[in-house]
Amino acid sequence: MKSKKACYPYVVWMVLFVVVPMLMVVFFAFTDKSGNFTFQNLLGVGQYSNVFLRSIWLGAIATVICLVLGFPLAYLIARTGRKSQNVMVMLIMLPMWMNFLLRTYAWMTLLEDNGILNQLFEAVGLPKLQMINTAGAVVLGMVYNYLPFMILPIYSILTKMDSSVIEAAQDLGADKRQVFLKVTLPMSTPGIISGVTMVFVPAVSTFIISKMLGGGANLLIGDLIDMQFLGSAYNPNLGSAISLVLMVLILICMGIMNQFDDGEESNGGLMI
Amino acid sequence: MKVLSKVYCFFIYLFLYAPIVVLIVFSFNDSTTMSRSVWSGFSFKWYGQLFSDRLIMQALGNTILIAVVAAVVSTILGTAAAIGINSLKRWPRRLVMNITNLPMVNPEIVTGVSMMLLFVIAVRAINTSLGIGSIMIAHITFCLPYVILSVKPKLSQMDQNLYEAALDLGYRPSQAFLKVVFPEIIPGIVTGMIMAFTLSIDDFIISYFTSGTTQTLPIYIYSMTRKRISPEINALSTLLFAIVLVLLLIVNLRKEKENKEILHEEEEP
Amino acid sequence: MEKKAMIELQNIEVSFDGEQILKNFNLRILDGEFVTLLGPSGCGKTTTLRIIGGFTNPDSGNVYFDGKRINDLPPYKREVNTIFQKYALFPHLNVYENVAFGMRAHKKSEKEIKKTVHEMLDLVNLHGFSHRNVNQLSGGQQQRVAIARALANSPKVLLLDEPLSALDMKLRKDMQNELKKIQQQTGITFLFVTHDQEEALSMSDVVVVMDKGEIQQIGTPQDIYNEPKNAFVADFIGESNILDGIMREDYLVEFFGHKFRCVDKGFKTNEPVDVVIRPEDIDVVKPDEAALSGIVTSVTFKGVHYEIIVDVKGFKWMIQSTDFTAEGEHIGLKIGPDDIHIMHKSEYSGTFGDYSTFSDEMEEDLQTPLSSLEEGEK
Repeated sequence: MKSKKACYPYVVWMVLFVVVPMLMVVFFAFTDKSGNFTFQNLLGVGQYSNVFLRSIWLGAIATVICLVLGFPLAYLIARTGRKSQNVMVMLIMLPMWMNFLLRTYAWMTLLEDNGILNQLFEAVGLPKLQMINTAGAVVLGMVYNYLPFMILPIYSILTKMDSSVIEAAQDLGADKRQVFLKVTLPMSTPGIISGVTMVFVPAVSTFIISKMLGGGANLLIGDLIDMQFLGSAYNPNLGSAISLVLMVLILICMGIMNQFDDGEESNGGLMI
Repeated sequence: MKVLSKVYCFFIYLFLYAPIVVLIVFSFNDSTTMSRSVWSGFSFKWYGQLFSDRLIMQALGNTILIAVVAAVVSTILGTAAAIGINSLKRWPRRLVMNITNLPMVNPEIVTGVSMMLLFVIAVRAINTSLGIGSIMIAHITFCLPYVILSVKPKLSQMDQNLYEAALDLGYRPSQAFLKVVFPEIIPGIVTGMIMAFTLSIDDFIISYFTSGTTQTLPIYIYSMTRKRISPEINALSTLLFAIVLVLLLIVNLRKEKENKEILHEEEEP
Repeated sequence: MEKKAMIELQNIEVSFDGEQILKNFNLRILDGEFVTLLGPSGCGKTTTLRIIGGFTNPDSGNVYFDGKRINDLPPYKREVNTIFQKYALFPHLNVYENVAFGMRAHKKSEKEIKKTVHEMLDLVNLHGFSHRNVNQLSGGQQQRVAIARALANSPKVLLLDEPLSALDMKLRKDMQNELKKIQQQTGITFLFVTHDQEEALSMSDVVVVMDKGEIQQIGTPQDIYNEPKNAFVADFIGESNILDGIMREDYLVEFFGHKFRCVDKGFKTNEPVDVVIRPEDIDVVKPDEAALSGIVTSVTFKGVHYEIIVDVKGFKWMIQSTDFTAEGEHIGLKIGPDDIHIMHKSEYSGTFGDYSTFSDEMEEDLQTPLSSLEEGEK
């Protein structure tokens, strides 16, 4: 089919609503309120370095936990029978269909000082725990919300894996542990990479989870940006500068991740 | 070992579903104080109140309207785009695909504020305000890549000669497309449309920055989380959850049936 | 009476991304002929077919169909139908609807469609398959549906793009016979594309040997085999020993330091030439009974004959003989005047015809990656 023209409306749309807005972020980041060129905003980002470090740190912890919890599950699902496999995958996706604000809100109900978990602890004679408004609660919220994004790409790459490769490894004398370490794990790298990306990017830039579960003390980059655009600190120029730094940061992280991947399309296992 | 993996799966699923169970249970809570963790008896009263809550119903209406528009427009634009991209030469194609990936790799919050910057200026220029229109544009924009990514693989999996065969046998290009290409890519189009619809319904972050004062359901929920969420919302999400569950079950059962039929027919001769 | 030209290509030039696919290409195809384009992958044969089908526009040159120029005629208006390499059956339609597809495009009546579909299915021996899903058919059956679908439109010319390449050996032979039969029954002009020389020789009235976008030779299968025009054709069609020689005078050629009688004339005196000797034409004799002799380096049993590689002063010859010869044996190679074929030197001289690195697997290895390359060319 020779029909290049069919994508022109799309290209115009994307330039107008993706490329131009991105350029505006760059423009705002480098100008002051009256539109003059300045580095002040970018320099101003420096004072928030602790927030950046906290976001990256919490995001990284959440990503690692997702990987540690998610990989074994994806592996187990990929190795069960076809029928129960479908059901298990569906059950992983199902929670994503419930609004994530509500799911996070439900965790408030569970974690708060007089919440369900603490009531349970009391009932069995354990001391109450301070769980809500801690960094731990923020990480828990991230893991909870983004765990499916880790499991699904790994699962899809594991099911696509040619089972004869594993048989060949066994045939050549590899035991179960060796097969896993030398064949299964390396071959699932693309899935792990897209999983890590899909968890890390939203985790680093979230602003709701921290607000709801972290109280005021655990400010993240997302909260900063929110404050500059719709919050009390209204300053779109500084907000743009922070967004720009966040974007560059994530691009660098993804660049490093892609070093581990030799395939061209790293997010091939993206959805379902 | 088998027992161990079953236990492991159980705990992960427990983790995933615990908050949802809590939400659903408390939608039936007969409380007056809107307490979120004290159980005071079973009742349907929040379900009753839900349908008389004008604000929630309006937000729900907005959400569905936006989702329908976003799904339809992004499906049409995206399908056309996928077809066009498929016939582009290598370099232009790479460029377009990179632009397509941009909203997907960019943090949502950055996409949100970038569009907000554009809309605020545009809105000032034509003297209106942010609202349902700007949300729709934003939703169409972030849905488009998902439509393209679900249609494009179907196009490239398709035997490229099918379209030529239809021309060869005497159909004009437009008819050849409808008779041959369309039936081949329709599963991808439907998947893309469903994906766009659900992404739009669920979206909070981008709507939050592009909505002005317009309420969608997620924005309404967000404004309530600062105080206490009314159990009406629990009731609403329980209903939505039930609908999704039923839909997924139907889709899965149909798939199962189709698979069986294929197996059956293969055995026949 | 001279037959009219059904298709004529004049001075066709095509290039993709700066690479020339067809160079000053000229071809006349007569009505009712079975013509085969034969050549290695990437030689431009598929492109030639696509130009006639209307899927590729030549950069320059003219395409005539039945005397009319059709360069600007879109594919759906051409009275030509194509059978695609992977059949391109419509997976969402059953056998009946696939065959009826073209007639529906031409708004034929249901009654006529029904009649023709059944005729066509009978013709390709698929009686009773109407309601089958095309995905459930075997490769051979899919092939038949593709043929029926193309013929149902009663084209004047049928284009076949390596239609048998996906079939296994046995099925392939059957389909070759069947296609030939269908062509004779219907009298439709067939333009067939293949890289399989055996297929080309056994089916065609006329074979067009192509390489690098140019026609190397046009002729009947016998001409092509017996009188190859250059080293490329000699090597591509069958097995050949190709040697450097010098034409001393008419009917006398010298190679390996010996003069041989031959049946070719019309070369300049002392002109350097390529000498082709087919392996099956060489007789194995005692060393002292022939001008050339050498040591047997390998013997392979091939069923109907033995394939013997003989080292003659460093040049490896291939001989096909029904008699067994042991490895290491010293033998004589007897060559009669009829067995020698002389060709002018060409760009291909020296690249073919020595069996020193010969192995069966290697030839096959070379075929596979090339054929996947050609898909990229489309």
